[in-house]
Amino acid sequence: MRDYNKLIIELSKEGRKAYSIPKNDVETVDPEKYIPKNVLRKEDPKLPEVYEVDVMRHYTNLSNKNYGVDTGFYPLGSCTMKYNPKINEDMAKLPNFANIHPRQGEDTVQGSLELMYELQEKLCEITGTDGFTLQPAAGAHGELTGLMIIKKYHEERNDTKRTKIIVPDSAHGTNPASATAVGYDIIEIKSRKDGSIDLDELKEALTDEVAGLMLTNPSTLGLFERNICEISKLVHEAGGLVYYDGANLNAIMGKSRPGDMGFDIVHLNLHKTFSTPHGGGGPGAGPVGVRHDLIKYLPVPVVAKKDDKYYLDYDKPSSIGRLMGFYGNFGVLLKAYTYILKMGASGLREASEAAVLNANYLQSQLKKEYKLPIEQVCKHEFVLSGMKDSDVHTLDIAKRMLDYGVHPPTVYFPLIIDEALMVEPTDTETLETLDNFIEIMNKIKKEAIENPKILEEAPITTPVRRLDEVQAARKPKVKWD
Amino acid sequence: MNPYLPITPEEREQMLKKIGVDSIEDLFCDVPEHIKLKEELKINDPLSEMEIRRRFSELGKKNKNIDDYTCYLGGGAYDHYIPSTVGHIAGRSEFYSSYTPYQPEVSQGTLQYIFEYQSMLAELTGMDVMNASMYDGATATAEAALMALRIKKKRNKIIVSKTVNPDTIDVLETYCHFRDIELEYLEEKDGETDPASLEKIDKETAGVIIQNPNFYGIIEDVVHISEAVQESKSLLIMNVDPSTLGVLEAPGKLGADIVVGEGQSLGIPLSYGGPYVGFMGTTTKNMRKLPGRICGETVDEDGKRGFVLTLQAREQHIRREKANSNICSNQSLYALMNTVYLSTMGLAGMKEVGNQCVSKASYAYKKLLETDKFEKAFDKPFFKEFVVKSKVDAEKINEVLFENGIIGPLDLGKINEDMKNHLMFSITEKRTKDEIDKLVEILKGVE
Repeated sequence: MRDYNKLIIELSKEGRKAYSIPKNDVETVDPEKYIPKNVLRKEDPKLPEVYEVDVMRHYTNLSNKNYGVDTGFYPLGSCTMKYNPKINEDMAKLPNFANIHPRQGEDTVQGSLELMYELQEKLCEITGTDGFTLQPAAGAHGELTGLMIIKKYHEERNDTKRTKIIVPDSAHGTNPASATAVGYDIIEIKSRKDGSIDLDELKEALTDEVAGLMLTNPSTLGLFERNICEISKLVHEAGGLVYYDGANLNAIMGKSRPGDMGFDIVHLNLHKTFSTPHGGGGPGAGPVGVRHDLIKYLPVPVVAKKDDKYYLDYDKPSSIGRLMGFYGNFGVLLKAYTYILKMGASGLREASEAAVLNANYLQSQLKKEYKLPIEQVCKHEFVLSGMKDSDVHTLDIAKRMLDYGVHPPTVYFPLIIDEALMVEPTDTETLETLDNFIEIMNKIKKEAIENPKILEEAPITTPVRRLDEVQAARKPKVKWD
Repeated sequence: MNPYLPITPEEREQMLKKIGVDSIEDLFCDVPEHIKLKEELKINDPLSEMEIRRRFSELGKKNKNIDDYTCYLGGGAYDHYIPSTVGHIAGRSEFYSSYTPYQPEVSQGTLQYIFEYQSMLAELTGMDVMNASMYDGATATAEAALMALRIKKKRNKIIVSKTVNPDTIDVLETYCHFRDIELEYLEEKDGETDPASLEKIDKETAGVIIQNPNFYGIIEDVVHISEAVQESKSLLIMNVDPSTLGVLEAPGKLGADIVVGEGQSLGIPLSYGGPYVGFMGTTTKNMRKLPGRICGETVDEDGKRGFVLTLQAREQHIRREKANSNICSNQSLYALMNTVYLSTMGLAGMKEVGNQCVSKASYAYKKLLETDKFEKAFDKPFFKEFVVKSKVDAEKINEVLFENGIIGPLDLGKINEDMKNHLMFSITEKRTKDEIDKLVEILKGVE
């Protein structure tokens, strides 16, 4: 089964059909006679002609070559690969939510709007902010939204010389890319050895040309920024705004809130912290929360309530504008809402506590055989720097893990740690799973000392072995012939 | 105990001991005391699955869905038939509970469907290369504008036709505003792009955006527009509805340099506006200017065919502030839904859907005009949507239709003041003759 290696088009045979729709029951209009010839299709697209059984077997076979959270442990740092509760999926399929047209009148979608409104309220409370937009489709889209809000804020104050955004060198790649996307220049500041922000360097960077600072807390090293209040105070005093990259919120729910730390704008990754699945790379959702005086800049429309009736509010003259065709990834929002209902206040807190407990447990055990560059309590994740007593590469360690049936941690990120292995166990794993992971890591260590070739040749048990990425990039083949 | 948090109290003690601390609180010692929450968040208490279902049942009753009502709304989201295969494949958690395929050896399922998705969309649009998806059609259009500016580095103007979906234009305006990009408009005349305004396209114009069929459902004179764009050496950006491409010419054959669009009409539930999926493609020449992920075919160490993410030097995780775009997560699972939809419908199905849309929309148009309640708003060939001007108050019409179990047409007067009492009907292959006849019958009686 794992050897299955066909493209759907290779199953195609003329005349096969996998669909059935009723015969046209009105007078047939021949497009040839009705639509101008020069815009009519002349050559058939090469699409598969297959039976329904072919479709199901083909994609089921492909799914067998995939590894998901439901397959096994997925400690991919910064990605929060926690279990996706099945009730989430069921609720999203209910016809009264899945089969609603986005242009229906407000009277006919009060249930959807109420759900969105309530979710906004809950996210405000969780993050300590005053207003939320649910529109952004992903984390990076949330960043874009937040940066537009920063720009609009300065624009309205006629503070036009602020053209720079400060980003630490440990930041996710999306941070500088998002800042560029709204036309900002980047000032990258170096982290200190312990991964925290160097306050002196920050002070030096803070001029009247700085529009804001982007920060994730805990940092991508999994460490809580102890000076966070001092940092936000400094940025505010310099006239800038402080932006919270919510990728790592899973460490602090119910424990501490970005709003209370002095962050002005916060984005969340509902597909990470709030258990909506990652879908092999999306869809996610990246709602953005702001402090009270920035609410007016949120993208239109915002879900609002008046006299027990919910509506889409477009009347926001200071808004940055619209950011999606409709109102955001509603189906994802619904799943996050379901998760919050399920967990409740105590459950969210316990989830963060468990995430932090699990990470510290793994850190305490793995540091025996692997290098831990920063020795302190971590939050939901931690970063190792390769193996002790061996110079085998992180990539080879990761590939060997595949043979043992676990998904490797994030590798070579953050960039400031040599041979980085970023481990995030999340809150939804059993002690047995964690212990099994420790055992595998120790076994790989032993192999690296005794016979490093095993690592270099790994993986050998996966559907394909290491792939030639150079060839893929040099002669790109990005579609079938 | 919470079913998703499996560590028992005894295990917790064991683990804390091994870590070398006394309590969970010790693990939060790095959080300054004054920003620590002293009490629980003020949100709901934990609910059981049963209670959650009850809550959704309550909320659901406040919605009206398009299974119970016949839907004539379109304007960027359409009530097409979704074959059963789509949900079953997209519901496999090997697909939906995986991350972006960073470890290709255990992600061949995701990578191969992306490759097939790119192939099928490339076939439909006539482009050389597609990316692995964008958030939706509107953001894909805005990204296409930014891409045009990357290609035509010395130019800073984008021109968009006013016949493009107004919500797409809104998103485009947002993106352009914050990048100080000059945005100009081609005028609308008789429901299509005014040929006279094509002279606005000049040597400063990096890209020209049109939609086909346009927002009003009308098939644009693409050939004429394309010539004007080529003359000024600008790039033609076409936003298209892929469900029409079994019948309509591939944009690549009409001179499009960048093709974008909304993939919702290929097997994706309406779901109150999202998640949907944007597609985006271009020519080989401009391949390296595309944003987003691209999957490529290669071989493994044993020479076996396999797939990887490729040309990653365009992307944010490598290039950071110099990346083509900030996009990271896209709509991968929904690209899978497009892929399964297209595999299921195949060539014949795509033609059939397109032909039925044209026939049924033409039938409804004819029948509506035969009543004395409507007159032509435009007189141009359309695909699955058309606009008529109503002699009766538009709101009244939609009220009456709703009372009769119909979610009526889009009231364009609510979007554009100049179009008071203009109604836009969307007719897909799902509508039957009986449904259309019933619609017409009810409207005959509206005063």
